[in-house]
Amino acid sequence: MKRLLPAVLIILAWTLLALLAGQLPLDPDRIDLQRILLPPAAGGGLGFDDLGRPVLDRMLVGARTSFVVAFGVVALSAVLGVLIGALAGYLGGRLDAAAVVVMDVFLAFPGILLAIALAGLLGPGIDNVILALATVGWVGYARLARAQVLSLKQREHIVAARALGSRLPRILLRHLLPLMSAPLIIEATFGIASVVIAEAGLSFLGLGVQPPQASWGSMIRDGVRYLLVAPHLVLAPGAALFAVVLAVNLLGDALRDRLDVRADTQERGMTV
Amino acid sequence: MPAYFLTRLVSAAWVVLGVASLVFLLIHLVPGDPVEMMLGESAAAADRQALREALGLDQPVLQQWLGFLAGALRGDLGVSLYSQRPVSGLLLERLPATAELTVAALLVTLLIALPLGVLAATRQGSWWDTAAMGFSLLGVSIPNFWLGPLLVLLFSLWLGWLPVSGRNGIDSVILPALTLGTSLAAILSRMVRSSLLEVLGEDFIRTARAKGLAPLTVTLRHGLGNALLPVLTLLGLQLGALLGGAVVTETVFNWPGIGLLTIEAIQRRDYPVVQGCVLLIALSYVVVNLVTDFLYAWADPRVRLGSGS
Repeated sequence: MKRLLPAVLIILAWTLLALLAGQLPLDPDRIDLQRILLPPAAGGGLGFDDLGRPVLDRMLVGARTSFVVAFGVVALSAVLGVLIGALAGYLGGRLDAAAVVVMDVFLAFPGILLAIALAGLLGPGIDNVILALATVGWVGYARLARAQVLSLKQREHIVAARALGSRLPRILLRHLLPLMSAPLIIEATFGIASVVIAEAGLSFLGLGVQPPQASWGSMIRDGVRYLLVAPHLVLAPGAALFAVVLAVNLLGDALRDRLDVRADTQERGMTV
Repeated sequence: MPAYFLTRLVSAAWVVLGVASLVFLLIHLVPGDPVEMMLGESAAAADRQALREALGLDQPVLQQWLGFLAGALRGDLGVSLYSQRPVSGLLLERLPATAELTVAALLVTLLIALPLGVLAATRQGSWWDTAAMGFSLLGVSIPNFWLGPLLVLLFSLWLGWLPVSGRNGIDSVILPALTLGTSLAAILSRMVRSSLLEVLGEDFIRTARAKGLAPLTVTLRHGLGNALLPVLTLLGLQLGALLGGAVVTETVFNWPGIGLLTIEAIQRRDYPVVQGCVLLIALSYVVVNLVTDFLYAWADPRVRLGSGS
């Protein structure tokens, strides 16, 4: 547990910043041509970008972007995926067969390729990013939920609940969901990490949030052009991104060990 | 035995049909009028009509869908709105660059993952193991669009050993391949380790040791040989991740492959080219996974004789 402390602290800091970024006295969009590309200095934060905007302020606001997208996408895809997967697994038959084909089709698009295409067609904006990533993200939860339900639905307590006349929603929510929660929580934890990377990736490609709104990915995108003269533009947001993803992955590993679930969650992750 | 291959082939065919349909639907799923999105609001009505006809958007959706599928079967993916050239020609032009990058990245992946995984498994719990798994965690957590610029900063700008971007000669592929390969090696080395650990606990390993074989022979011939089977499946999935990840990496290094073409086409709202790129990448992924499944079944009779699936 002690080894996890830095990871937990990073995640806490990320969460707090995301929640409080609106209240802090930041001016991430203030353009000051006198300060263009100034390097980090003592007391001067993390330097300034190509428009003279403060890098630290933009990073803090970027924390909020990645947080909102990460939790939005994971919540949306988990609810949708679990619903589809659990229903398919429980009801079986043609519905299940159809669901499996649809899942296979979505899984045939490697990584975030489908999200890239969707985000590109939908146009930039945080809503569209969430929509595009959730369209890709639900499949993982659906697969997991379906597999879990298939192995659970013949258990005695489910048969008993059915015999007692419980309706479908009650069986799913009260009798199945609690038993599938451990692997789902782990999947969602790794999901947060991969969505943080995916959002930054889309923004890096210019398909994410719209300027001047800050995202770690778009900061890296803008900074790459000045790599030689002002490496801090790429180093700072990248380090923040890396730290958050690493912390969440560490937490996921710890949860997996603790909850003792043998799930190969990461292998289908959204490698970017 | 042929039954397994046949079932697998049929399900792959369904997936291909689904993939093509979804790619076709991409344009129609997007809210708003695609023609308006492409031309902007100030376009003349005649231009809109012309584009609508050029894309076949004036026909019923069902007919468009059948036309798209029939065209795709013939390798005809329409014409680029930007360059007015056939999409298939554009794809063919970019394919060698992506293939080169993929092979190089795969090589990097294997060169890192195999030794690291074997080292970690044979010295389980040691410093080597910790270091290898630490590398794996770092590799999974570092995004390509950050690792890429970092490598450029170190090897191109500070040390001046390798070119920053583009595709000129063999040394320009090194950094993109390293970038793509590292994250995959991170996942694969974990898999090699756990798979090898499982195999090394088997009875036949004890037998091999007991009859006095050299430890290295036992590990590599008897252990790794068997441990690589599940790794093979993962490698198939990975190759897909390579293809998908290539979009980002090719953008970082301005590598003129399919991935960069995808992004260029998105920026130009050149929808037929976007569709072609996505379709090509997804189909290669399906084919690669089909081939790995077949290889697996060929190498491991338990699969094709069907106790599992």
